[in-house]
Amino acid sequence: MPEVTRPRRSAGRAGGDPADGGRIGSGPGRLLVTLYAVFAVGATSRSAYQIATRFEEAPLPYALSAVAAVVYCAITVALVRGGEAARRTALAGCVAELAGVLVVGTWSVFDPEAFPDTTVWSAYGMGYLFIPLVLPVVGLLWLRRSPAS
Amino acid sequence: MFTPLTVAVAVAALALAAWCGLAAYRNEPTKDWHFAGMAVVTLLALAQLVVGVVRLAGGAEADDGTVVFVSYLVGCACAIPAVAFLSLSERTRWGSATVAAGAVVLAVLQVRLYDIWGGAGA
Repeated sequence: MPEVTRPRRSAGRAGGDPADGGRIGSGPGRLLVTLYAVFAVGATSRSAYQIATRFEEAPLPYALSAVAAVVYCAITVALVRGGEAARRTALAGCVAELAGVLVVGTWSVFDPEAFPDTTVWSAYGMGYLFIPLVLPVVGLLWLRRSPAS
Repeated sequence: MFTPLTVAVAVAALALAAWCGLAAYRNEPTKDWHFAGMAVVTLLALAQLVVGVVRLAGGAEADDGTVVFVSYLVGCACAIPAVAFLSLSERTRWGSATVAAGAVVLAVLQVRLYDIWGGAGA
């Protein structure tokens, strides 16, 4: 069973090989890029629409949605670009994202009146199957595991 | 809009997700047959886009507004082609996993699309 004796050859190539260093957007990173791109597009279009049409109804959630959108876009771009600087940007983005989902999640649970409408990060991303909570953790693990050199 | 088509797209997308998920599990990249499957799902999503636009042109209105509805329709039509291209340049199991993820997203979008159009009143 060659699959067992040589597991995840491709993942290794994308991960630790110095010749391929900094290619954080390939291998498992490709899946990560896709998910971040989905959230970047979703959060950006959603917050742009909400801010353009009815910002005064729920200014705080919509502003926070915009912040989330910026973070998702930054991480997506960083993962696609690759390289050491981009890896640091992506790391910072994932930390900001994790902090955001924890802070906004807790805030939305304890002070629901401040949130007449939901954000991506409300209730720890429950409306999005908790992916906003899981994604930064996976992202941090992946970026730690694949140093640029 | 046209609930049977929405259900068909969702089911086809989930089937594609399972199929490509299996390929990822078996450590295989996407193959020609997977791309044929992606083409079928994309055609369904394009048919949905056409039906949706025709219904809007015929005077029907989506509960959550035309802009949101059309954005979702376009997003649904683009989802599978986008991940198909990603899997073309990622010839590993992770390319298959990416297509599976995109297909799951499409299935979730179908649920949202149903709500946006007006749910049971469609």
